[in-house]
Amino acid sequence: MLQRPPHLLGIETLSREQIVFILDQSKPFQEFQRHPLKKLATLRGKTVAIAFFEASTRTRISFTTAASRLGADTMSLQAESSSLKKGESLIDTVRTLEAMRPDGIVMRHSSSGAPEFVAQRLEIPVINAGDGTHEHPTQALLDALTIRDRKGKLEDWNVTILGDILHSRVARSNIHLLSKFGARITLCGPPMWVPRELENLAPNIRRTPHIKEALDGADVVMVLRVQTERIHEPALAADEYIAGYQLTPERLRLARPDALVLHPGPMIRGLEIDSAVADGPQSCVLEQVTNGLAVRMALLYHLVGGAPADAPHPAKE
Amino acid sequence: MLLIKNGRVLDPSTQTDALLDVLLDGERISKVGANLSAPGAEIFDAKGLIVAPGFIDLHCHLREPGQELSETIETGTRSAARGGFTAVCCMPNTQPVNDSASVTRGIVERAAASATVRVWPIGAASMGSQGEALAEIAAMKSAGIVAVSDDGKPIATARLMRQVMDYCNSLDLPVIDHCEDASLFAGGVMREGPQSIRLGLKGIPAQSESICVGRDVEVALLTGARLHIAHMSTLGSLEYVRAAKKQGLRVTCEVTPHHFTLTDEDVRYDSRYKMNPPLASRSDRDALISGLADGSVDAIATDHAPHHPASKDVEFDRAPFGITGFETALALGLSELVDAGKIPLMRLVELFTTGPARVLGIKRTITAGEPADITIFSTDHEWTFRAAESPSKSRNTPFDGRTFRGAPMATIVAGRTAFRR
Repeated sequence: MLQRPPHLLGIETLSREQIVFILDQSKPFQEFQRHPLKKLATLRGKTVAIAFFEASTRTRISFTTAASRLGADTMSLQAESSSLKKGESLIDTVRTLEAMRPDGIVMRHSSSGAPEFVAQRLEIPVINAGDGTHEHPTQALLDALTIRDRKGKLEDWNVTILGDILHSRVARSNIHLLSKFGARITLCGPPMWVPRELENLAPNIRRTPHIKEALDGADVVMVLRVQTERIHEPALAADEYIAGYQLTPERLRLARPDALVLHPGPMIRGLEIDSAVADGPQSCVLEQVTNGLAVRMALLYHLVGGAPADAPHPAKE
Repeated sequence: MLLIKNGRVLDPSTQTDALLDVLLDGERISKVGANLSAPGAEIFDAKGLIVAPGFIDLHCHLREPGQELSETIETGTRSAARGGFTAVCCMPNTQPVNDSASVTRGIVERAAASATVRVWPIGAASMGSQGEALAEIAAMKSAGIVAVSDDGKPIATARLMRQVMDYCNSLDLPVIDHCEDASLFAGGVMREGPQSIRLGLKGIPAQSESICVGRDVEVALLTGARLHIAHMSTLGSLEYVRAAKKQGLRVTCEVTPHHFTLTDEDVRYDSRYKMNPPLASRSDRDALISGLADGSVDAIATDHAPHHPASKDVEFDRAPFGITGFETALALGLSELVDAGKIPLMRLVELFTTGPARVLGIKRTITAGEPADITIFSTDHEWTFRAAESPSKSRNTPFDGRTFRGAPMATIVAGRTAFRR
């Protein structure tokens, strides 16, 4: 399905067909989350290493839960408790993990390219759970599943991404994914966070510093978190950001009436998004979280389990 | 005595391009002419080869004293000899920093004991290269430095630069600056542009360099001192240097082989593509080549920056800056500049010989009475560079495994053969 060994390092190099395959495979796992007994034996005996070199709650829990519901065991590494603190290199740390014979590794790291660096040096599949300001492929896949579910198709939407695009791996993965499906993408945020070079990422990208212009006619609005921990430049005052870029009910009215609002979380109410929007009927925030489980189960099933593309689906029995 | 016969002598200082023999006697050149004979002399048949003045590298890091895990004067100069260099200028960012005569003397003594080519130390401009008090520049000059620089970082302020320049002016030493505006540099790891955005790597704008070049040229105007811009990588910097030269200022600059060969589009998550200044945009790279062609650029310098393999085998943004460069420099010049039709062979030789010599204020020529430093190279010898076979202690080069046409065939330093292929 993907490279051999089958890694998932980013969306950029995936084909449309590969993305559709993953989304289709996620569908039965979506329904599976509603079962009273949420445990399959599909990956029984398999072990997934969950190596998070950067703080995370939801993505780590989501992957751990996805592995567990497939019947796999997990071994978990968190930056706080790792030997990295004692000066060990990344490559020695992951080789140590590999020596415990997991069948795949899910990793998050604050350095862009760290999963690719690891993938070139290990024999097991590597799944990127977010690397620096590069990509966050599973987020883009779960967002795509959410859009396809709610709107009936993934193709040809007007998508507006709001916030600190420069430092956002979520934005990069979503731009790569949605543009493969013909999206017209508008990037909007304080100009220093929306540099010109972003237009080179994919076709049909425009930038604007004006939120009203950005929201006009949007079918999907993605609100990004303001990533204070990744910003090297002097930060913008919060009041200034709120005044210019917060997604409020009034501003959302400029978008199509059936526009969706997505947020990768964690969400800071009152900063990038108004509570009325976050909790409103157009918001998909909690669906995104549930869909994250489905997408990650599908990926683990195929990448770690090594299931052939045409195998009967384990959640359909 | 060594008689180099049948070679094509290329000497930019006299614009000589002729089939001539060169007789070396001891440490000096004794005769240059057609059909020389010298009974008893060892013969080097240079038929089909170029015989050039000895190459000078204005910019390298030999890592001794203090970082011998990455390189030593012995291993670094053996690598330099394989690259055709007869003299290399080593930057002062060692441990300790070469900011006093005692450190300079230590380097000179180690070189006398272990080096295969001439080692010309560059002294720090400020104490510890900390950008505050002036280093012991006059004492270091007596001990053997040929220039000053706080390389690795820029000379911290315009005010310090003014003091360094005034002082070095009285000592007739060039001031070499690694130009970079720290506030724009801001933790960047590659050139800012579409590729840095795509890879999610923190970008360094081209202006980080040119702003500092502009500052330095202004201070050179104020002081009249000799200013040399290290590893220049952008069009903006080149324009400042061109304007300064036009005004008659004593401003010179160097370009590295990797900056005229690669661009930011070549960068991937592989620390062998990480150096400072970073690989430039295609248009800046093309501008550098035009500067090499039109004479605005004075020298090709390697910025040979060895790093121990373990220190480079890490995440891109955590790796140290720098790549090795001695052994691929000439071959890259031949393929990317001469064979590509950008500059004539004579100009390439100038960029390795009389060009850097002018920056240092010395002569470099194949003339009777001059030092017997000769670089003999082939323009058509095919070979593959294997970093693992290099005498250098480090392997950090993106050119590992590249096949070249043209190579150094012999490096003669003070009449002795330092390297022969």
